Amino acid sequence: MPIEVLMPALSPTMTEGRLIRWFKAEGDAIESGTPLAEIETDKATMEVEAVDDGVLGRILVAAGTEHVAVNAPIALILEDGEGASALDGRPGAPDPKPDAPRPSAVSSPAAPVAAPSADEPDMGETRRITVREALRDAMAEEMRRDGDVFLMGEEVAQYQGAYKVSQGLLDEFGDRRVIDTPITEHGFAGLGVGAAFGGLRPVVEFMTFNFAMQAMDQIINSAAKTLYMSGGQMGCPIVFRGPNGAAARVAAQHSQCYASWYAHVPGLKVVSPWSGSDAKGLMKAAIRDPNPVLVLENELMYGQGFDVPVSEDYVIPIGLAKVERAGSDVTLTAFSRMVNVALEAAEKLAEQGISAEVVNLRSIRPLDTATLVASVRRTNRLVSVEEGWPFAGIGSELAALMMEHAFDWLDAPVTRVCAEDVPLPYAANLEALALPTADRVVEAARAVCYR
Amino acid sequence: MATSPGATRRGRRKAGEPTATPEQLIRYYEDMLLIRRFEEKAGQLYGMGLIGGFCHLYIGQEAVVVGATAAAEPQDTVVTSYRDHGQMLACGMDPRGVMAELTGRRGGYSKGKGGSMHMFSREAGFFGGHGIVGAQVPIGSGLAFAHRYKGDGGVTFTYFGDGAANQGQVYESFNMAALWKLPVIFIIENNKYGMGTSVERASATTELCRRGDAYGIPGEQVNGMNVLEVRDAAVHAAEQCRSGKGPFILEMKTYRYRGHSMSDPAKYRTKEEVSKIRAESDPIDLVRGMILDGGHLDDAAIKDIDKRVKGVVTEAASFAQDSPEPDPSELYTDVLVEA
Repeated sequence: MPIEVLMPALSPTMTEGRLIRWFKAEGDAIESGTPLAEIETDKATMEVEAVDDGVLGRILVAAGTEHVAVNAPIALILEDGEGASALDGRPGAPDPKPDAPRPSAVSSPAAPVAAPSADEPDMGETRRITVREALRDAMAEEMRRDGDVFLMGEEVAQYQGAYKVSQGLLDEFGDRRVIDTPITEHGFAGLGVGAAFGGLRPVVEFMTFNFAMQAMDQIINSAAKTLYMSGGQMGCPIVFRGPNGAAARVAAQHSQCYASWYAHVPGLKVVSPWSGSDAKGLMKAAIRDPNPVLVLENELMYGQGFDVPVSEDYVIPIGLAKVERAGSDVTLTAFSRMVNVALEAAEKLAEQGISAEVVNLRSIRPLDTATLVASVRRTNRLVSVEEGWPFAGIGSELAALMMEHAFDWLDAPVTRVCAEDVPLPYAANLEALALPTADRVVEAARAVCYR
Repeated sequence: MATSPGATRRGRRKAGEPTATPEQLIRYYEDMLLIRRFEEKAGQLYGMGLIGGFCHLYIGQEAVVVGATAAAEPQDTVVTSYRDHGQMLACGMDPRGVMAELTGRRGGYSKGKGGSMHMFSREAGFFGGHGIVGAQVPIGSGLAFAHRYKGDGGVTFTYFGDGAANQGQVYESFNMAALWKLPVIFIIENNKYGMGTSVERASATTELCRRGDAYGIPGEQVNGMNVLEVRDAAVHAAEQCRSGKGPFILEMKTYRYRGHSMSDPAKYRTKEEVSKIRAESDPIDLVRGMILDGGHLDDAAIKDIDKRVKGVVTEAASFAQDSPEPDPSELYTDVLVEA
């Protein structure tokens, strides 16, 4: 039996990749360790090495093919003594399709969409790009617009970003404005704060917000509080950005959601984009804001495609939630990747005759209380979905706010769907049990609807 | 006490006997005296309950900031720790605004919302006044980064104490400053005690000027009780920074006469130690002696200066007591910059 060479997963979040080229042709002898092909993942370009000796019998995926799923067979290797007849009945590689449009992971909701808030910017012409590209475009546009904006962080320049978010920026803006730092979060966060005091507008990337705990003192004591302590003199126009929350199978130290930590602090603004347009519009707003802004991204969202406004003037005002799906029976709130979960839950609820409204918070601090209260006054129920832990989380805050502003409209207790109150486990089954799922949201929504 | 502060010098600069014009000596004298009298008054107001919280006095260390500031140019920036009143006065900030901040009044530099440890003046190039030990060191490196980015020829004078010299972020800053050749002078004010712990009890190596060795940052130990030696060392360091050679470390061997803060029982050192330094190494006495010995001023003229300085401080104290407390509405302002 020929040995199948499978498309490998080269990062925790890779689900597919591009097969750039083959180093070997059909009929070539290969031995274990020989580079067979080059593939491009969501983060990097890597070589696939043979793990068996033999002859490259058949190439199943042609060079140049996009979106090759992880674990799909890409080639067959004939073992010693095996003839070409062993390949009988196995198809060859089809021609690669040039950049066929890909279906989005989240189908556009068929449900009614609520009328947007008056402050919601017009999308105008859009283009389908990934969240990763939307973030990059936002930074590039703002760097073109303002020479004082610069990007610094670990691997942002020559490596093009640990998650490729800064791809191409070094080429365009040079090493004066796109700066690789040493691995020294506390130090470069503080250096960024000093540069902001000195009149620049730094964008500081943390490879993940999990590493930003090292820098917490500079973010809170220096960036957030100095304006107040200086009687308004020392504004700190700085953006701290990077992936937040759980990725995939990276376990407890690399998976925490910091939304409630930062949102606790007066003097900070905290946004957490879900869609590509959120990513672009909020990143641009963050860079233009005269205050320290935390942009909590999510690694699992980077590769997701959305229709994103082309306009360089597309800026989402910080503090504006968005009703992503209108409904009348229950309000589901979520931010970042959990909006996917809430939308999936809303779809399932619709099949069960429950009309769920999904509100994408987008901005955690300031929170768009008006939109949330208006929604709850219509649906009389709220289920908060977040990736963070329940205790003193964003859902706790929402529950308190509804008590204060919508008490008489509530027909059921505000309910939280959060990560379980444990450090995130590594094992796949335990990890799945720990994080919010659409089914848990459905269950919570049914409970508050007394169904 | 084994050695008096500033008894040793270690460095790569060939320094001759420092000299100064009579005008310079008189200015240094007056600037140092202003800090001394201001701090004495602050101590007094603290005792009267007019100043609250933490209050860290600069008495004894005046030559450091006055000497270093003599090397500064208008575009330069300054950042320091919470022992910051001396830096503010040396930067030319109004003593009335500084004292009114100490009393928490609306005439203070931070409108009464920052207090002794958190004062700023963009106009004077003074960027705080930071309350977390060592946090000002990356911030100072960032200010230097901004000087380099803008190409304005500015240098950042980043002050910190011997206690902060053991903080991790200091070394993260040294690395980046050396890597990117940032124009920053790291001025370590080694007053021998981090709060109540002597340098010997806190630091595995006590030659703090060598703390940049691992990063290739030149360092020099300076007699921080002699304003002229401080000035010459700072001029040299600033030239290095301005010429694009990157950061420089100056370890100022100095001494604080008062406690770490007002509530310091000072059981970690003897009264004799303090009085010996006051008697033998006082930075203000030294310059007064130079002025009198050189025949630049007579006793009467010195007394005139003393009187003038006292007047400035008295007026600052009155202003600080007469200025009203902040309006209650100020509670909610300055949390965010309104776009």
